[in-house]
Amino acid sequence: MSADLNTILPEILLAIYAMLALLGAVYTGKDKMAPALTWLTAGVMALLALWIAFTGQGTTPAFGGMFVDDAFSRFAKVTLLISGAVVLVMGQEYMERRGILRFEYPVLVALSAVGMMVMVSAGDLMALYMGLELQSLALYVVASLRRDSVRSTEAGLKYFVLGALSSGMLLYGASLVYGFSGTTLFSGIIAATGDGQAPLGLLFGVVFMLAGLAFKVSAVPFHMWTPDVYEGAPTPITAFFATAPKVAAMGMFARVMYDAFGGIIGDWQQIVALLSVLSMFLGAIAAIGQTNIKRLMAYSSIAHMGYALIGLAAGTQLGVGAMLTYLAIYVTMNVGTFAFILSMQRDGEPVTDIASLNLYAKSEPAKALAMLVLLFSLAGVPPMLGFFAKLGVWQAGVDAGLIWLVVLSAVASAIGAYYYLRIVFFMYFGTEGTQMDSDRSPVLWVLLMGSAAVMILGVINLFGIDGVAQAAAASLVN
Amino acid sequence: MTVMSLAFYLFAISTLVGGLFTVVSRNPVHSVLWLILAFLSSAGLFVLLGAEFIAMLLIIVYVGAVAVLFLFVVMMLDIDFSALKAEMAKYMPLALLIGVILLMQFGLAFGSWEASEMAEANRLAIAPEGGNTSGLGLLIYDRYFILFQLAGLVLLVAMIGAIVLTLRHRTDVKRQNVLHQMWRDPAKAMELKDVKPGQGL
Repeated sequence: MSADLNTILPEILLAIYAMLALLGAVYTGKDKMAPALTWLTAGVMALLALWIAFTGQGTTPAFGGMFVDDAFSRFAKVTLLISGAVVLVMGQEYMERRGILRFEYPVLVALSAVGMMVMVSAGDLMALYMGLELQSLALYVVASLRRDSVRSTEAGLKYFVLGALSSGMLLYGASLVYGFSGTTLFSGIIAATGDGQAPLGLLFGVVFMLAGLAFKVSAVPFHMWTPDVYEGAPTPITAFFATAPKVAAMGMFARVMYDAFGGIIGDWQQIVALLSVLSMFLGAIAAIGQTNIKRLMAYSSIAHMGYALIGLAAGTQLGVGAMLTYLAIYVTMNVGTFAFILSMQRDGEPVTDIASLNLYAKSEPAKALAMLVLLFSLAGVPPMLGFFAKLGVWQAGVDAGLIWLVVLSAVASAIGAYYYLRIVFFMYFGTEGTQMDSDRSPVLWVLLMGSAAVMILGVINLFGIDGVAQAAAASLVN
Repeated sequence: MTVMSLAFYLFAISTLVGGLFTVVSRNPVHSVLWLILAFLSSAGLFVLLGAEFIAMLLIIVYVGAVAVLFLFVVMMLDIDFSALKAEMAKYMPLALLIGVILLMQFGLAFGSWEASEMAEANRLAIAPEGGNTSGLGLLIYDRYFILFQLAGLVLLVAMIGAIVLTLRHRTDVKRQNVLHQMWRDPAKAMELKDVKPGQGL
């Protein structure tokens, strides 16, 4: 038992920290403690990420295989913890200025991080579900954190109702899988399915589970909630939604598909490929008409999840590695982009209208240039890092013989480039309009510039994450 | 037909009927009562399966607490249920179509249902010795102890969420201060004035 607890120690520490922080803040300054608590939570999450990254070794199952600590889960945990910490720090000033920085916010983010960490290292359907609910429940609450705003509460409610529906589908699928295999352990399920064709009943279970999982990664046709939630939630929280939970959900997706259904890859490969194609095209086409940059980022995230799913659909170790690399790069791009969106304001009020970016390059040339780099990278224009992320999944797709998928995704990528370039056009060649305030927040500036610099400098060797991601994938696919 | 299968069909049919009338009955209070019937009959099904503890839990928790809570909510909320029903009637044909398709698909899936050969052995592998309650206790607090703790965290998040989203500190409310009340004594609260006859204050 103590060895088991040792394996799950990072999760335990984060949970205990969250509870202590909650108690501490309640008995002292309450909301006055919130800024300090936000930084402290970010620090704790970053420390845990470093600890996991540098001390984790090998593959250790715990609690009878219900929880697995391996290179794959460590990669996902480090990515999600660091991105969560960065987003906490990024939004602190914005939320404080608008009076929505409550001390519960960092606590809820920490608890949802615990859920995400359980999700990516679950080795059992029940552990997976507990992690998923812990994460989602905290996210539903933070989505409606601005409770006086109709949009924010609507976002939270919509997310909650649809999320509950998708959890129901996931659970129904899980019950069918349990009915087939007689166990909820992934190792038991993969042994029971064996290799080859899945019987119809099991296939139903897998499809239902896929529907639930696709909702969590917001893949088409389970994406309806994404634009509304992204638009309605306060911007720092939208930034959080676009980073850590995406990594966790994709990590969980890959873990279920390989650890539990790795014997019947042929049966689910087609479904994942279809989800991927639909997401890429809907994300690319629906974003064109958007005027709100947060909605645009929602469609962008749908499209990006589609590209990442190519790696999963490939059904190979190379594919999973490419997917992990894609996620890490996607999260870095999103941090920079949201740092920019957070700094958009006019007369002290946040603006999210794309038209307000008209001729932004004249007043703020440095920030406009950084945003240009990030947008090119999101679009996948060759010299930037975002292109290499796409290249990785395409290579995996070609290797797996999914040429049609790769060709379609190149088409979708070309369509999608239009709306990213439209923002660049507005910034450099737009019409004269009212200018935005110049924001001088050092945190946002550093994150924007840092993220843009990574997009250019990373081209040299991707900072070595490629190799780490492949090693992580090797621990999952075998 | 044995007594067991007679009881099974009885409970199964009344569960279905209860569920159906929960949805279609006009009066929301009747809906809740039908729901209670559905809960009770499914508790009967659990007893037939040999899961007495879960059957009792279903009655105590769902019938005793949740359904009564529903009744309160239904009575206290001022919702025009007939308007909601009219809204629902609009989508009825589509909903029926989807329902029938789903039913056919499930018929397909369960008609050819086959479990893995390992399923039975897998199921028995974790079944602990002893009866219902002690077996569940062993599973929850021993084998699945970590899941139990995670469930506790989920509840903690739910509690924080409920407080974050609904608690408002109002400053214009007078609250009871017990100590203040206890420290109050006649010497501080009353002042005696000696009023001379015929003069007044």
